Amino acid sequence: MFIIQCPYCGERDQSEFTHAGEAHIARPTNSADMTDAEWADFLFMRKNTKGVYAERWNHAAGCRKFFNMVRNTATDEILATYAAGQPMPDVTTDLPATPSGEASIGSGNDAVKVMKEGEV
Amino acid sequence: MGKYSFLSLLKQGLTGHHGWEKVWRQPDPKPSYDAVIIGGGGHGLATAYYLAKNHGMTNIAVIEKGWIGGGNSGRNTTIIRSNYLYDASATIYNHALTLWKDLGQELNFNIMMSHRGVLNLAHDEGEARQLKRRVEANRLNGVASEYLDRHQVKEFCPIINISEDSRYPIIGATLQRDGGVNRHDGVVWGFARKADEMGVDIIQQCEVTNILTDNGAVTGVETTRGTIRTPKVACVTAGHTSVIAGMLDIRLPIESHPLQALVSEPMKPVINTVVMSNAVHAYCSQSDKGELVIGAGIDAHVSYTQRGSMDIIEHQMSSMVEIFPIFSRVKMMRQWGGIVDTCPDASPIISKTPVRGFYINGGWGTGGWKATPGSGHCFADLVARDEPNRIAAPFTLERFVTGDLVAEHGAAAVAH
Repeated sequence: MFIIQCPYCGERDQSEFTHAGEAHIARPTNSADMTDAEWADFLFMRKNTKGVYAERWNHAAGCRKFFNMVRNTATDEILATYAAGQPMPDVTTDLPATPSGEASIGSGNDAVKVMKEGEV
Repeated sequence: MGKYSFLSLLKQGLTGHHGWEKVWRQPDPKPSYDAVIIGGGGHGLATAYYLAKNHGMTNIAVIEKGWIGGGNSGRNTTIIRSNYLYDASATIYNHALTLWKDLGQELNFNIMMSHRGVLNLAHDEGEARQLKRRVEANRLNGVASEYLDRHQVKEFCPIINISEDSRYPIIGATLQRDGGVNRHDGVVWGFARKADEMGVDIIQQCEVTNILTDNGAVTGVETTRGTIRTPKVACVTAGHTSVIAGMLDIRLPIESHPLQALVSEPMKPVINTVVMSNAVHAYCSQSDKGELVIGAGIDAHVSYTQRGSMDIIEHQMSSMVEIFPIFSRVKMMRQWGGIVDTCPDASPIISKTPVRGFYINGGWGTGGWKATPGSGHCFADLVARDEPNRIAAPFTLERFVTGDLVAEHGAAAVAH
């Protein structure tokens, strides 16, 4: 459960928001010339990153505006929120030592955790 | 390895249970295998079992980053049914149901399969019509399904509240009598034991960190325990399917979400079947330990953290208490989350990929457990023969390009 900083309204509870999928996917302007594979990529294929991930949210029970968020999907740490149309800001965060592993403040599932150098 | 039987139990019982052998070996990875399966959950181990049994491929390994059965196999609500609307789904889930029926015998392991029936509730006329349509579609596909009116529902499951004063009154339900639940650990351990017996190496606490290719074909995997050469890699990693495919720059139509379940304090037997409601989105059965096993919907955001939001629990508990007022003072004991890989059409991907020798079995979303043996059976066939059989064919990755989707959302009476 998140406390989300809406860029327009400030801090609110997650239950006021709806998630609206991956951010920064531009709708193609040359749709008539696109192949089926290009359409499939636009419509269906998603990064689904474990780690730093930009996504859209809608403050549905508030200002009803869409905005973007950068979140670490391995830990659920919210790194930034910013207005739609803005570029993704640079962020630093704690990532897992291995691609499918757990970060130091991850889910607490230590059975699958590979430690980083120096981590105890 | 000894066969489990009444006699072996008696013998061990008389000698203090000191003679039981290890159920599977703990081998070190070999330098090369004929195939490597990434992911030691139910689907991965079933794939290994059927590769060894049906296709004679015994020089293979299952690589698991944690412990076998410690991911979604150990986190789901074990509901088994096959009452899906479309032919492709009904075929694969019913294939699995057929295999479930004899699986305990076949594996010589008690999977505690209980065909106690699955009710899918209807709360309004529109839903009732949908469910009746699905019953007819099920029958055409050989899935034994029937529609009950609300009094028949009450007769079948006496503790259910059919009052017309409910916020979402129950007006009927479909019943699949051979649906039910089983024991998740039993299934995982049973598959692991038999696969191991046939020579499959089950390697735990070993994570795949990269997939090696040459000229567009798989040549091996790098792991936290060294490099393994292999011409075939089968990815069965549920929530982490995109992460593994990402190692080969393959983009997938999958998003990973937390899905929660919770169990109550143990009670005497009170609910004799599995009850699912799509409209209020909750489902419930009772385990043999006596705990109510309750599930609900996913968190809408992408996450890999294996924990869900509190408001989802609140929602599912309010739904449960309306359907079963008798549970209003039951205490909930444990809650957990798993990461499910959902596809836009709510159907799985069992497919070859643009990289030769790399196969994907994923995208099962919220409802993979019921398919475990069927999924492993047809995926093993795909990995061994390099082409999908009739059951797997509709679930290719290509369908997202051709538009030939198996759109089961809603149609499946989800609540998986």
